Amino acid sequence: MKEVLIDIKGLCFEYGIKNNLIGALEDINLKIEQGEFVCLLGPSGCGKTTLLKIMAGYLQPTRGECKMKGETISGPDWHRGVVFQAPSLYPWMNLNRNVEFGPRMRGLPEDEINRIRNHFIEEVRLSGFGMKSIFELSGGMKQRAELARVLANYPEVVLMDEPFGALDALTRLDMQALVRRIWQKNSTTIFMITHDIDEALSLGTRVLVMSDRPGKIVKEFCTDFTNTIFQTNPRHPKYSDNYFKIKDEILDLIHSQDED
Amino acid sequence: MNMDDKRIKTEKIYTAVTWLIIFLGWYLITKFDIVSSTLVPSPYKVWMTFLRILSSGYNKISIWAHLGASFERLFTALILAVITAIPIGLLSGYFKKIKAVVDSIVEFYRPLPPLAYYTLLVLWMGIENTSKITLLFLAGFAPIYIACVSAVNNIKQDYILSAKSLGADQRQIFFQIVLPACLPEIFTGIRTAVGVAYTTLVAAEMVAATSGIGWMVLDASNFLKSDVIFVGILIMGATGILIDMGLRFIEKKLVFWKGYV
Repeated sequence: MKEVLIDIKGLCFEYGIKNNLIGALEDINLKIEQGEFVCLLGPSGCGKTTLLKIMAGYLQPTRGECKMKGETISGPDWHRGVVFQAPSLYPWMNLNRNVEFGPRMRGLPEDEINRIRNHFIEEVRLSGFGMKSIFELSGGMKQRAELARVLANYPEVVLMDEPFGALDALTRLDMQALVRRIWQKNSTTIFMITHDIDEALSLGTRVLVMSDRPGKIVKEFCTDFTNTIFQTNPRHPKYSDNYFKIKDEILDLIHSQDED
Repeated sequence: MNMDDKRIKTEKIYTAVTWLIIFLGWYLITKFDIVSSTLVPSPYKVWMTFLRILSSGYNKISIWAHLGASFERLFTALILAVITAIPIGLLSGYFKKIKAVVDSIVEFYRPLPPLAYYTLLVLWMGIENTSKITLLFLAGFAPIYIACVSAVNNIKQDYILSAKSLGADQRQIFFQIVLPACLPEIFTGIRTAVGVAYTTLVAAEMVAATSGIGWMVLDASNFLKSDVIFVGILIMGATGILIDMGLRFIEKKLVFWKGYV
C-alpha cells in the first residue's frame, strides 16, 4: 500500500454572509496516494477550483478536514506546488530567475540552485531561453516555464488548475505528453482540474467527476489509458472500446446535471 | 516594426509642424504690429534677451543660480516625497489599519489649493527654503501615495499566491513581488508628482522669494519686461519636458516589461 499524501474527510465549504450562505463543496472525501495522477472533471462553477485552493492552503474549509501526511493544511507551502490556469510568471525576472525562484527563496546554496534550474529548464525543453524575458515567450513556453518553476521545489504534490485551458489544441497535446513523461519519470503525484474529458482520460490514473454546486464527487473511475494507449505513441493513440464507454458515461453524468 | 517606425516618424513631423506654425504666428503678429510689442515681444527680441540672461543673468544673479535655486527646492522635496510616500503607500495598500490613518489626512489636504496652506507654512517656517520644500513635498506626496495604494490593490493575486506556494516568506514577497509589481504605477505617480510639484514651485516662488525661475518671471512682470517673462516661461516649459524625458528614460530601464503584461 502506497503512502497517502492528501487525506480529505467530510469537507464542506460555504461562502457568503450569515443568512445567505452558498454551499460550494459538500461532503468531499478523497485520498490521494503517492504517485497517483488524479484528474477532476465537472461542470463549470461546481467548486473544482475551490477544492484545489483548499488543498493548496489558500482557503480554509468550513467543516471537515484536509490533511497532508496527517497534518492539517493551514496555509500554502512549497511541498504543494500550484500551476495556475493563466501563467503567473513574474515579468520583472527572466526565465532563469523565475524557474529558480523557489530554491532561491528557500535559501539553497548557489550551485544547487544552478543545478536544479538547468535540470528543469532542460526537462521542459526550454534550454537556451534562460536569459529571455517572459514577454518574449509564447503561451506554450510560458506554461512549460511555469511547470518547471513548480517542479524546481521537488514538491510532493503538484496541483494544477486547468493548466492547458488557454492553449491551442496542438500545444495542448504536446503539453499533455510532457506532463505524462515528467510524471512517469519522477513518480510525481499530480492533482489536475480539467474540463476536457479526453485530457482527463489520457492522463489520469483516477478520474473524479464532480456534481454541480454544491460540489460532490459523484463518480470515480480508475483508468490506465495513460500507461497503455498513450504510452507507446501519444500522437496516434489507438482508442479502445473501454475508453469510449467511460467517456460516454462521464458525458452522460455531466449532461444529466445540466438538465436539472 | 517598420510600420511602427514610420508611424512614429509621421507623429514627430506633426509635432514639429505644430511648433513651426506657433512660431510663425508669433513672428507674424509682432512683424505687423497687431499687438503692442510691450505685451508680445518679437521672437528676435526674446532670443536676444535669452542670450543676455544666459551671459549676464537676471538682477545680477546668473540664470544658473536661478535655475539651481528652483531645482534645489524641487528635487529635495521630490526625493523626500519618493522615499516617504512609496513605503507609506505600499504599507497602506497592504494593511488596512495604516490606510485608515493616512488616507483621510491625504484625502483632506490633497484637493486644497497649495497656496491656501502655503501662507500658513510661511507663517510657521519663514520665507526661506524650508516652507517651500515642505509645500512641494506635500504637493508631491499625495500622487505617489495614491498610486502606491492603488498599485497594491491591483496586484494580480496569482503573483502573491504562487510566491507563497513556492516558499517565499512575507518579507521576500514584499521585496521580490509586491514592490516590482507596483513599479509601473509608482512611476506614473512620480511623474504626476513632478508635474504637480513643478507647478506649485513656480506659484510658491511668486509669493515669497528672492531667487528662482518663478521669482524671475514675477519680478519681470512688475516692470512690464514681457521679453523676460517669455524667456522664463520658455525655460520652465523646456525644463519640465526635460525632467519628464529623464523620468521616462529611467522608467523604460527599470520597468522594461511594462505594456507586455
